[in-house]
Amino acid sequence: MAVLVDITKCIGCEGCTVACKRYNNLNFKAKPRNVKDDGNVELDDNRWTVIQKFHGEKNDKLRFVKKQCLHCKEPACASACFSKAIQKDEKTGAVVYYPDLCVGCRYCLVACPYSIPKYQWNEQFPQVSKCQMCSERVSKGDAPACVSACTTGALMSGDRDELLKKAHEIINSDSRYINHIYGEYEVGGAEWLYISDVPFEDLGFKDVSNVPVTSYTKSYLSKVPGLAACWALFLSGIAFYNYRVDKNRKSHDDDDQDKEG
Amino acid sequence: MKVYKCFRILGWDFTITPVRFVLTGLVALMVATVVLRLLTGFQYVTNLTDETPWGMWIAFDVMCGVALAGGGYSTALLVSIFQYKEFHIVARGALLTSLLGYILVMAGLFLDIGQWFNFWRPFVSWGYTSVLFEVFWCISIYTTVLSIEFFEIITERILRKKLHRYIVKILPVLIVIGLIFPVMHQSSLGGLFLIMKERMFPLWWSEFLPLYFLLSSFFIGSAMVTIETTLAKTAYGHEIPHNIMLKLTRVGAGMMFVYLLLKLYDLFEKHEWNYVFQGTLQSNMYCVEMLFGILIPLMIIVSPLSKKRGGLLTYAVLTVLGVILNRLNCVFTSMYESGSYFPGIGEIIVSVGLISLGVLIYCFLVENFNILGNERAVQIKIDKDKDIKNLIWALLRTKRR
Repeated sequence: MAVLVDITKCIGCEGCTVACKRYNNLNFKAKPRNVKDDGNVELDDNRWTVIQKFHGEKNDKLRFVKKQCLHCKEPACASACFSKAIQKDEKTGAVVYYPDLCVGCRYCLVACPYSIPKYQWNEQFPQVSKCQMCSERVSKGDAPACVSACTTGALMSGDRDELLKKAHEIINSDSRYINHIYGEYEVGGAEWLYISDVPFEDLGFKDVSNVPVTSYTKSYLSKVPGLAACWALFLSGIAFYNYRVDKNRKSHDDDDQDKEG
Repeated sequence: MKVYKCFRILGWDFTITPVRFVLTGLVALMVATVVLRLLTGFQYVTNLTDETPWGMWIAFDVMCGVALAGGGYSTALLVSIFQYKEFHIVARGALLTSLLGYILVMAGLFLDIGQWFNFWRPFVSWGYTSVLFEVFWCISIYTTVLSIEFFEIITERILRKKLHRYIVKILPVLIVIGLIFPVMHQSSLGGLFLIMKERMFPLWWSEFLPLYFLLSSFFIGSAMVTIETTLAKTAYGHEIPHNIMLKLTRVGAGMMFVYLLLKLYDLFEKHEWNYVFQGTLQSNMYCVEMLFGILIPLMIIVSPLSKKRGGLLTYAVLTVLGVILNRLNCVFTSMYESGSYFPGIGEIIVSVGLISLGVLIYCFLVENFNILGNERAVQIKIDKDKDIKNLIWALLRTKRR
């Protein structure tokens, strides 16, 4: 399951954020915890999705950008979790958090290239909070709550390949669109895709490379067992050598003593 | 020289000094804060936010604590594998510092995790794709191994007949195991940052990060041993010949030189010189770190200054501060975006309290077991004679001559 966001169609009605809060039982009264310098509200533990306002480069176009977890194809958070509390659901493609397994080390918060996961700082036993792509709804075949609530058709859900094809069609048929689908290749690709008529860097999107960040840890961790084994062999070899040298020296000393005696 | 009052309770010696009163007070304060933290969460104790989810406890207590504790494995490597027998004199002290370091690191980690009752999860739910998983296992195993190694010293005095000879027998195996895991997790601590490529400032992120952390833990280790022996000298009159300390630090400085070469290679390879001199917060911090933490210490160690005690101590202090700055830079400066973070009063109290606790335990163990120096005679003498005060006096006097 993937979602295509057409930024040109969003009118900023916040219907999706309300639907998200209702479906996920988030606190409506909680004050925004993270407010950016430009006045836009950032995600926090009671806001799994937010709408942010941007005025474009020349201050001529008003655009609304829905922000939430992008559900990467190679999720850094899931790869970083050392107790498997964040896993990528193979069927739905959603990156889902399992609070029971969570230790609370917050490595996922630091690992995410988009800084999406947030933490319940005011709770006694805090948990990580991030968009789950309504994985229960999606596994039943429904669209995520926010997509169902969207009235303007800015959010479309469906199969990722089909949505990509559709996005390319839209871009090719309309010259106003930027020829870039954000989420197609970013850090290995994501389930959430964005198309827009304003350059993405003016809309608060982070310019990231196409290499999945998980590849660095993967290549490092794949070397570790071999190197550790070599190191262990080397150490035990030298330790054994030292032991033999000591033993020989001792027996030599004993021989000398015998001769003297 | 003044000798402080020493109480004997159940056969153990407790020395009371004004400093230790203060330290005990700090520990008590920490305990109160810890209870508050465990019962109420992070909100009243820490200044952590979504922008800086890792604060002082991770950056200082864990990252720096582990690095500082590197003295144990680097000394053990030199003594028992490469047969630098003359370093044996510092090995036990380094072992104890390491062990205490790791225990404090574990305590710091435990406080830092949100659902602390779940701390055992990674033992059963294996997130093997995570570098943290490797760090977690290695630290757990290594702390266990270190404790058993240290038990050899403990059993010299208690349970001598029952346990000591078994531990001595398995000691060679333990030493080898105890050299595999620290090397693995010191490098993995750098590996933790590999996944943060998109968030870290390019001067700090590198594919060599694991190697950087390993090398720096090695040279901070020997520098820390130098500082520790200097402190032990002032407190206990236990002196180690200068040439031995010099030789030990020179091995560390060799590693530091390799580290510098690698860093330079990295800068040329990735054409990052423009970042170094751009004058922003990040580039300035990088320059400070490299200049005072690497270049000046290296200059000291090759200059005649290193022949003097003061010179060597300056090298050691600068090196330790340099590595601490490097770790703080990796966690904070390199990922600095907008939110400013300063540790909350609770975080500082806990960090200071943990260090105080370490110092108190160190003093207690050093005064009750044969750790500083290799004269086992000290301990036997104390066992025979009840009047420990005179003995310490006698010991100090003989040392002075």
